[in-house]
Amino acid sequence: MRKLWVWIIVALALVVFTGPFLWSLSLSFQQPGDVFEWPIKFIPDPATLSNYQRLFTEIGFPRWLFNSALIALIVTASNLFLDALAGYAFARLRFPGRDWLFLALLATLMVPNHVTLVPKFMALNALGMINSYPGLIFPNLVQVFGIFLMRQYFLSMPRELEEAASLDGCTPFQCFHRIILPNAKAPLAALGIYSFQGNWNEFLWPVIVTTTPEMYTLPVGMAMFRYEYQVEWTMLMAGAVLIALPMLVIFLSFQRLFLQSQWGGAVKG
Amino acid sequence: MKARHQEAWTAYAFLAAPMAVLALSTFGPILFSFILAFFDWHLLKGGPEFVGLRNFLDLGRDEVFDIALKNTMVYAMGVVPAQTALALLLAMAVNRAIPGRAFFRAAFYVPAITSSVVTSVIFLWIYAKTGLLNYLLSQLGFAGEDWLGSPRFALFSIMALNIWSTSGYFMIAFLAGLQAIPKSLYEAATMDHAGRVARFWHITLPSLRPTIFLVLTMGLIGAFQVFDQIYIMSNGGPANATTTMSFFIYASAFHHFRFGYASAAAIILFLVILALTLVQKRLLEERTGA
Repeated sequence: MRKLWVWIIVALALVVFTGPFLWSLSLSFQQPGDVFEWPIKFIPDPATLSNYQRLFTEIGFPRWLFNSALIALIVTASNLFLDALAGYAFARLRFPGRDWLFLALLATLMVPNHVTLVPKFMALNALGMINSYPGLIFPNLVQVFGIFLMRQYFLSMPRELEEAASLDGCTPFQCFHRIILPNAKAPLAALGIYSFQGNWNEFLWPVIVTTTPEMYTLPVGMAMFRYEYQVEWTMLMAGAVLIALPMLVIFLSFQRLFLQSQWGGAVKG
Repeated sequence: MKARHQEAWTAYAFLAAPMAVLALSTFGPILFSFILAFFDWHLLKGGPEFVGLRNFLDLGRDEVFDIALKNTMVYAMGVVPAQTALALLLAMAVNRAIPGRAFFRAAFYVPAITSSVVTSVIFLWIYAKTGLLNYLLSQLGFAGEDWLGSPRFALFSIMALNIWSTSGYFMIAFLAGLQAIPKSLYEAATMDHAGRVARFWHITLPSLRPTIFLVLTMGLIGAFQVFDQIYIMSNGGPANATTTMSFFIYASAFHHFRFGYASAAAIILFLVILALTLVQKRLLEERTGA
């Protein structure tokens, strides 16, 4: 009897949390004319793929998809490499000012991103990087959160690894590449997922930095589409589904890793 | 000694590239924005002009900034407690939901990993005058409203959307926190004839204090930076009803091109967040007597 309230809450929440997505999926397969008057059929009849087709033929969706994928991949790769480098230095190497520098890094996490918006824009403007791939990529090459994550991991890494490495006689960089990094696959995978997801979904910076449609990323393109054209709900929903799909697939495939990247070792199983 | 020296140089080599990027992308901009706030820098009118505190004084007299401040407070005070409570409720339910815990955990988390554009677009349709919400209400015999077009409801509609998106995210933190509470505590309390409410109040809540603090802090910082949904759904309107401080900063900079003014507003936003976080820390520390 006591368990009843658990299942009622859970069932209600399931409807509320997944309902909107299910409806957007439904709308994406409906004929445009069928979605202006209620009752709208939840199961589309007749169903159509034309909304998805039109995304690729009538608006700049393919280009936006390419931009998003390219930028997310480059930034993620850069994050993995540079964040690990810095994280290792903070975790295992001693140098003057280490703790102060790390504290300064942590402090930047508290600063709202709107504070750096204007200076970043002005700097990139002066360098002529507005509305370009470098402009979209450069500010995100290093993530403070990633440095924090990697440092946490390297702090807990057994020292035998480095002792074995130093016996090997490799230079610090070599040791890092050949021995340390390959043993950090788990945090690197988690960081990679976190970074890719953050970049794929990013909106504020791309919407400011891009000024022409060919440079839009997916989120920006869809936002502009929502304002520019007469609201074509079915196409908007098809676009929404396609943007959400990669993240959903990654999340469902790597759930534990995904949750661990955001919440650390607190997540079990 | 030489080894120490070498170690330091290795560290510098490792840190060179990452710190160079951060200097240009984070440290530099943060410092520069503090300087920029004291200048009048209109992008289209040429160079900067030092104006001291005038930007801040103008902000004090700016009606729209006043509205933005008020909207931001309403938004934060509404969203943060609601999403925290909902996250805790969901965590407690999911924690007891065996079988299927992993399934529900995933289902409730999906809004958090979905792009803000996706959720905004979906809810644009749900909130439309002929959208899902009004249809459901009409089926129950209630009149529909203009959820985004009416100044009375617009901000609350966006607040509801954000509570929906982020509760599942914070639920994970509470799930981990709940699972860390030793069952023996509850067993001992039950043997002392403590009721369900008493067990929650005296065992669950105190044990979750650090998690609650984490969720509140993260929630607060996030709530003050809400932007995407406002840009996509209402563009600050109607009549500034959904203009928050973050949107005000964006509009000052990229609609009105007043860079110095926007920076001053951003500094105020930062100080407000800092103050609230410190207050919160103090309040929670007092409770523990730490």
